[in-house]
Amino acid sequence: MPINLYILLAVALFAIGIIGVLTRRNAIIIFMCIELMLNAVNLLLVAFSKMHHLKMAGVDPRIGTDGQIFVFFIMVVAAAEVSVGLAIIVMMYRNIHSVDVNFLNRLKH
Amino acid sequence: MSNKLDIVYLIPLLPLIGFLINGLGRNYLSKTLSGIIGSGVILGSFVLSIWAFMQVREGNAADVHYFDFIRVAGVHIPFDFKIDQLSSLFLLIITGVGFLIHVYSTAYMHEERKDHFARYFAYLNLFVFSMLLLVMGGNYVIMFIGWEGVGLCSYLLIGYWFKNQEYNKAANKAFVMNRIGDLAFLVAIFWIISKVGNANYNDVFAYAKEFSATDITVITLLLFVGATGKSAQIPLYTWLPDAMAGPTPVSALIHAATMVTAGIYMIARSNILYSLSHLTMDVVAYTGLATALLAATIALKQNDIKKVLAYSTVSQLGFMFLALGTGAYVAAVFHVMTHAFFKALLFLGSGSVIHAMSGEQDIRNMGGLSKKLKWTFITFLIGCIAIAGIPPFSGFFSKDAILLAAFEKSPVLYGIALFTALLTAFYMFRLLFITFSGKFRGTHEQEHHLHESPPSMLLPLIILAVLSIAGGLVGIPEAISHGGDKLAAFLSPVVQSVKHDAPVSHSTEYMLMGLSTVLVLIMIIYAWFRFRNYQRKEETGFGKVLENKWYVDELYESIIVKPLHRLGGFAKDVFEKTVVDGLVNGVSKMVNYGGRQLRLLQSGQVGAYVLLMVISMILIFVIQLFVRKQ
Amino acid sequence: MIPVLLILIPLLAGLASFFIKNEKTARAWALLAAIVTLGVSLLGITVITDARHLQHECRWMESIGASFSVKLDGMGQLLCLLNAVAYPVVLLATWKTNYRKANNFFALMLLAQAGMMGVFLAMDALLFYFFWELALIPMYFLCSQWGGERRIAVTFKFFIYTFIGSLLMLVGILYIWSKSADHSFSISSFYTLWVTPKEQLFLFWLFFAAFAIKMPIFPLHTWQPDTYEQAPAATTMILSGVMVKMGVFGIVRWLMPVLPYSSFMWGDMVTAFAVTGMIYASLIAIRQDSLRKLVAYSSIAHIGLMCAAVFSETESGVQGAMIQMFSHGINIIGLWIVVGIIERQFGVKKISELGGLAQKAPSMTIMFVIVALANIALPLTNAFAGEFLMFNGVFNSLGSKYPVLLTVLAGTSIILAAVYTLNMIRKVFYGHTNELTATITDLGLTEKIALGAIVAMIFVFGVYPQALLNLTQEFTDTFLSKVVLVKK
Repeated sequence: MPINLYILLAVALFAIGIIGVLTRRNAIIIFMCIELMLNAVNLLLVAFSKMHHLKMAGVDPRIGTDGQIFVFFIMVVAAAEVSVGLAIIVMMYRNIHSVDVNFLNRLKH
Repeated sequence: MSNKLDIVYLIPLLPLIGFLINGLGRNYLSKTLSGIIGSGVILGSFVLSIWAFMQVREGNAADVHYFDFIRVAGVHIPFDFKIDQLSSLFLLIITGVGFLIHVYSTAYMHEERKDHFARYFAYLNLFVFSMLLLVMGGNYVIMFIGWEGVGLCSYLLIGYWFKNQEYNKAANKAFVMNRIGDLAFLVAIFWIISKVGNANYNDVFAYAKEFSATDITVITLLLFVGATGKSAQIPLYTWLPDAMAGPTPVSALIHAATMVTAGIYMIARSNILYSLSHLTMDVVAYTGLATALLAATIALKQNDIKKVLAYSTVSQLGFMFLALGTGAYVAAVFHVMTHAFFKALLFLGSGSVIHAMSGEQDIRNMGGLSKKLKWTFITFLIGCIAIAGIPPFSGFFSKDAILLAAFEKSPVLYGIALFTALLTAFYMFRLLFITFSGKFRGTHEQEHHLHESPPSMLLPLIILAVLSIAGGLVGIPEAISHGGDKLAAFLSPVVQSVKHDAPVSHSTEYMLMGLSTVLVLIMIIYAWFRFRNYQRKEETGFGKVLENKWYVDELYESIIVKPLHRLGGFAKDVFEKTVVDGLVNGVSKMVNYGGRQLRLLQSGQVGAYVLLMVISMILIFVIQLFVRKQ
Repeated sequence: MIPVLLILIPLLAGLASFFIKNEKTARAWALLAAIVTLGVSLLGITVITDARHLQHECRWMESIGASFSVKLDGMGQLLCLLNAVAYPVVLLATWKTNYRKANNFFALMLLAQAGMMGVFLAMDALLFYFFWELALIPMYFLCSQWGGERRIAVTFKFFIYTFIGSLLMLVGILYIWSKSADHSFSISSFYTLWVTPKEQLFLFWLFFAAFAIKMPIFPLHTWQPDTYEQAPAATTMILSGVMVKMGVFGIVRWLMPVLPYSSFMWGDMVTAFAVTGMIYASLIAIRQDSLRKLVAYSSIAHIGLMCAAVFSETESGVQGAMIQMFSHGINIIGLWIVVGIIERQFGVKKISELGGLAQKAPSMTIMFVIVALANIALPLTNAFAGEFLMFNGVFNSLGSKYPVLLTVLAGTSIILAAVYTLNMIRKVFYGHTNELTATITDLGLTEKIALGAIVAMIFVFGVYPQALLNLTQEFTDTFLSKVVLVKK
């Protein structure tokens, strides 16, 4: 399968993620969109790593593996982030009884 | 090099020691003791000065080197003394007259508190020290040290009674006006150093012929401006009359006999330079003459006994500058000497009068004092005759020499100078008659208190009176006695008067002498008739202008002092606050304003931040597309 | 060895002072440290003059070409001596002043001394910059913690002002560093480097900004009167007596020999600013009613002359500026001491509220008059030789097109100086006492010692200035050989 299709899919996912972050006000949806963006990147990393691996397997079997290792890292970090992020959202709901980010403008002061 | 004259350093050192003892021990010394110390050190200096003078007469003039005051490349200022005919003569005048005035002061200042009494003698000693440095210095810088030193002492002594702010103002005025002259003097020194490499008299005079015409004119003019400050000539003369705020012996010593003649000393010392510049000579002569005339007219209408003498001093100094300007340096020095005698005498005499009148200085409140103050009256009379110029008193010879020099230069100068001399005779005898003849016009209390001064005040008066009579005999003109002008012969190695092409014949000289003597006598008789029974009356018209000193002080006040004050106020309150600090604060305000505007970006909306982030990222990508490395 | 000691003693003593609890002990400790420092600096001038002991070098940030290199040369000796003399005098003179958290106050004072010592000794540009800031920061805290009512605003201005200058200088240092062949901050590589004339012309202003603000030169002076007015008396003495000399020092060590071409080209312009400042500051001083501001403006006028003299590039001018840095430091501290005593006794800073002090406090009056007259350069006081040489230098300036005009204009300031100084003396000390001033007490013992030392120095160096001139002679010669590009 040509790499172009993977790239297109990843770009589409990333764009959806960005638009979601920009347009939605619900914190949970924004959170999901961020995950979407992260996974778009993961997809790209996996696709490229597979491509390099196929091409260069004869020279050195290790080539292309690092991309996949990155993906694991990202997934781990994302998991950690989700727990922290959700905790923040829960705290936010407890304080202002809403998960609308537009109410989160206290940084200004 | 060892030289007999090496020990001349003691001459200024003794007064300095006196200053230190009196200054530091002012709370401990009794009045008698500080008086003895103060006068004693001057007596010591005087004795040494006589010794130095004798050495010089025997031909032992010498330059004495002590240490390097300043030595860097391009400027070498040694601490040197130059003991020659001119300086040794001045040494005698300063220490001699100085000693008499110190003795006089012990009685005159006796009512002062102990520490103030010692302070007075400390200042007086310091003054003598500075004045000695001034005349002994072997280069212009040492002269300048003494020059500013005497200015300082003058300041301290004018403001001696420091509780009176008017006196302090007079002291400040004297110091500041002197400083204006000092600046010119200083620039002249720099000019000399930049050409010669140092300021030693010997080197400068040896170099004299190599100065360009501009250099010599500028240097001599600048030195002259310096002299106008110290010697109270137009335009810097107004401090001297105000300086009469000081104790009377101070006026006698500093503001009549010694310090104010420093300018004459300086020009006489630099006579080699001055003779090279005709322009400067003319400027000096005309300034001197104008000052002499102006001050004499003012003196006609003054009512303060010391103010009359002060203006008379200014006028006499003008005469000396006239002599310098006509190239008759010896005549100027001669007049310095005789003037020191008779003006010190007159001032001390006026001090005796003031003492007797318990501080009264207004002659309108005096009158008829000759009966009570016999000795004072006689000596004062001698002083008046001497200053008026009646032969054979000392003033006659020196004034005659100046008038003759003026005549040689131009008859017009002579005419004005003679007129001024007549005015001198007139105002001096006006002073004498108003003070000593007629009826007493003061309060009853003063009349009761009138008394002759103690011997320690009278003795200096008598000695000075003798000198005023006989002092002129060292400079009898050639026309009267061949070889009579001993002073010119003595000074000839260092001071050479300008020779005129066509000297005045002896017969003309006799005629001029006769003319001036007769006219002076007429003036005196006229004054006698006008003032022997003086009645107080208000001045009007021109008399009022003279009484108010031609309003020169007011003029200076409005064209120099006030504008400067306003400029200072403008700089302080307007320029500094709005322009200089305004710029600084402007910068900070701009930063503040910029910060406030940028703050608007921080809306606090999370979405806005994210949008901004995305836009920036896209921008970076786009920019990166364009600025690829080729 | 000597230079390291000069920095370390005040530094360590200062750090230790933070931990002293008792106020009196802290005071005595600071005085002790200051006296030891003075002793060491005197040793470095008189006894130990062997070159080996007067310099020290060790490794410090080698990777970027900086080293801890210090050396005591002629100018360093002079200014370290000034710094070392100033501290005991100031501490003695302010002995009776009470501070809250006195230990911190003295600690910061000593740290500032260490910083200034470092500035005068550093032979490495980065080290110089390091000490330059080290001297500034304690001053900031001293002024902002112990100052007068408006201290916060004023200190902020002072700090920002000088800090901007420092940063510009840092940019200049880094630029020259990047140009040097071996990427070294050492002074020798700065001196041997030839920066192209075009670069010199703008680099000059980067350095000059820092030094001009420190001195300060018109029109960058407005931080100074305010700061002097608000800072605690002891700090003001150090600021005006020692710290402002860092500006002149910087020009002599780090600006003119490094950028000789531009120093020559901009010489007239700088001199013109300096001379304008002299007249301007003197005019303002005439109208001042605040004692402190009057002294501050007089200081601006005097510093201006030093700057002009240095830029004359003549031996006479530079030597004059050298000894005048010392003399002016001594004299102005003397003035501040008396001003400080008056303030402490009456709590007023206005000239118009005072008067008649001479009657009640004759010793103080005499001392003050001597110091004030020395400050206006009366002959046979220490400032005379300096000012004489400086004026002479400006008069014979090599690069200037209008030396005579500049000299005469600068000279008017000596007249104006006489006006404001004598007027101040007249209004404060002479005349009659008023209700306030009748209560004054004369000098105490410590104040007498401090002022007596100053007066003694005034006369010793006034009669024999050659002692100081000899000290800096060699330095001046080498300086001029680096700076003077054209002979007249």
